[in-house]
Amino acid sequence: MAQNGAGRFADVLAKHEAQILEDWVADQRRAGGGRSLGRLSEAQMREEAAEFLRLLRQAVQQQAAAGAGGETDTDGPGWDAVREFLAGLSRSRARQGFSPTETAAFVFSLKQALFAHLAREAGGDADVLFAEVWQATTLLDQLGLYTTTVFQKSREEVIARQQEELMELSTPVVKLWDGILAVPLIGTLDSARTQVVMESLLQAIVDTGSAIAIIDITGVPTVDTLVSQHLLKTVAAARLMGAECIISGIRPQIAQTIVHLGVDLSQVSTKASLADAFLLALQKTGRGITRGAGAGVTSGAGPAA
Amino acid sequence: MERIPILKMGEFLLVTIQVDMHDRLALQLQDDLTNRISQTGAKGVLIDISALDIVDSFIGRMLANISLMSRVLDAATVVVGMQPAVAITLVELGLTLPGIRTALNVEKGMELLRAYAAGVASGGGDGGANVGADGEGADGGPVR
Repeated sequence: MAQNGAGRFADVLAKHEAQILEDWVADQRRAGGGRSLGRLSEAQMREEAAEFLRLLRQAVQQQAAAGAGGETDTDGPGWDAVREFLAGLSRSRARQGFSPTETAAFVFSLKQALFAHLAREAGGDADVLFAEVWQATTLLDQLGLYTTTVFQKSREEVIARQQEELMELSTPVVKLWDGILAVPLIGTLDSARTQVVMESLLQAIVDTGSAIAIIDITGVPTVDTLVSQHLLKTVAAARLMGAECIISGIRPQIAQTIVHLGVDLSQVSTKASLADAFLLALQKTGRGITRGAGAGVTSGAGPAA
Repeated sequence: MERIPILKMGEFLLVTIQVDMHDRLALQLQDDLTNRISQTGAKGVLIDISALDIVDSFIGRMLANISLMSRVLDAATVVVGMQPAVAITLVELGLTLPGIRTALNVEKGMELLRAYAAGVASGGGDGGANVGADGEGADGGPVR
C-alpha cells in the first residue's frame, strides 16, 4: 500500500504539475491578502513556486523509482536539490524581511492544492487517500521546518560573527604620551573581555615601559558590582607590575551607582573625563601643559577646577 | 644547598630571583634577607622577579611577607619586573599584595627607593617621587 502510495503521489505531481501550480499560486495570493505580496512580485513568487514544484517532483519520482517506499526521509541525497533551493529561498526571504513563519507557510500552503488533486485521483478510496495524504504531509512538514532551521542557522552565524568582531575591536591600547597608556573601554565588561583587556594592557605596559595607564569607561553602559570587581582586578594587576591606573569617564549616574553599591574605589585615582585623567598623568610624570611660548597658563600645580 | 644571592649596593639590597622559586628556597630567602637587613642596616630592598614565570599562592604570600618583614626592619621594599602572566595569576588568587611597592624595572625601582630614602632623610618633604606606584593623587570621586 505504501509502495503504491509513493508511486501514486509522484504520478499525481507529474500529471497535474501545471494545475497544482496554478491552484497553489492562487491560494497564496488569497492567504497573503496582498500583505506579503507587496514585498514580492507575483511573477517572482510564481517562478519560485514552479521551481520548487519541479524539484519536489524530481525528488519524489526518483524515490519512487528507487522503490524507497512510503518512508520519506528528506535528509537523503536524493533531496539535495530541494534542500538547496529551500535554503536559498529562506535566506533571500529573510533578507527581504519575511518572518520565518511566512517562509514556512510558503511550503505549507502547497498542501491545500496538492491534497485536492490527490483526493480527485484516489476516487472514493479512503484508505489510499489517507496513505497518500499522510506521506505528502510528512514530506511537506519536514521541508517547511527545514526553511526555519536554515533561517535560524543563518541568524546564529550572524551573531557568532558579530561577537567575534566585537571581541577584536573592543580592546585597543593606545599610547597617549611617552609613559602614558590609555584603554578606552566600550561595551559591557564580562569576565572574558576583562581577561582580554587585562592581558593586552599588561603586555602593552611591558612593551612600552609605561608607568601610568588610564582606563576610560565612558563607553561602558552600566557598572555593577561584577564590572567594578573586574575593573579593580585590572587595576591591581597593573599595580603589581609597577604601573598606576587612573579610571576616567565616570558618568554622574555611574558615580551614584558605585556609591550605592558600596564599591570601594578609594585606592584608585578617578576622574570625570579623559582630559582630567591625562592632566593628572602628566603631573605624575613631572610634566605640564603650557599655552603659547612660555607666557601661557601652566597647569603644574593643583587639581583642575 | 642553593641560595638566592643578596647583593649590597650602597644602602640598598638587591635580590634577583633567576631560578624557579620553590617553597624551601623562598623560606631560605626570607631568613637570609631579614638577617642581611639587620646586619647592614639597609634602607631599601629591591626584589627583581622579571625572570619568574610561575607563581603559586605560597610564593605570592612569601613575597608579601618578605616585604612586610623588611618594612618592620625599616627598609622600604620594591618588587620590580613582574610578568603580566604572574600579575594576572596573583590577582586571580586574590593576592593583590596591598603593602608592596612595585615598579616596572630595576632602574625605576632604584629611582623609587632613592626618592623614598631622600624623603625619609629630609623629613617627608616632596622627594620628587614621580615614579610613584602610590602617588598622592587620590582626590577621590568625579568632582568637576
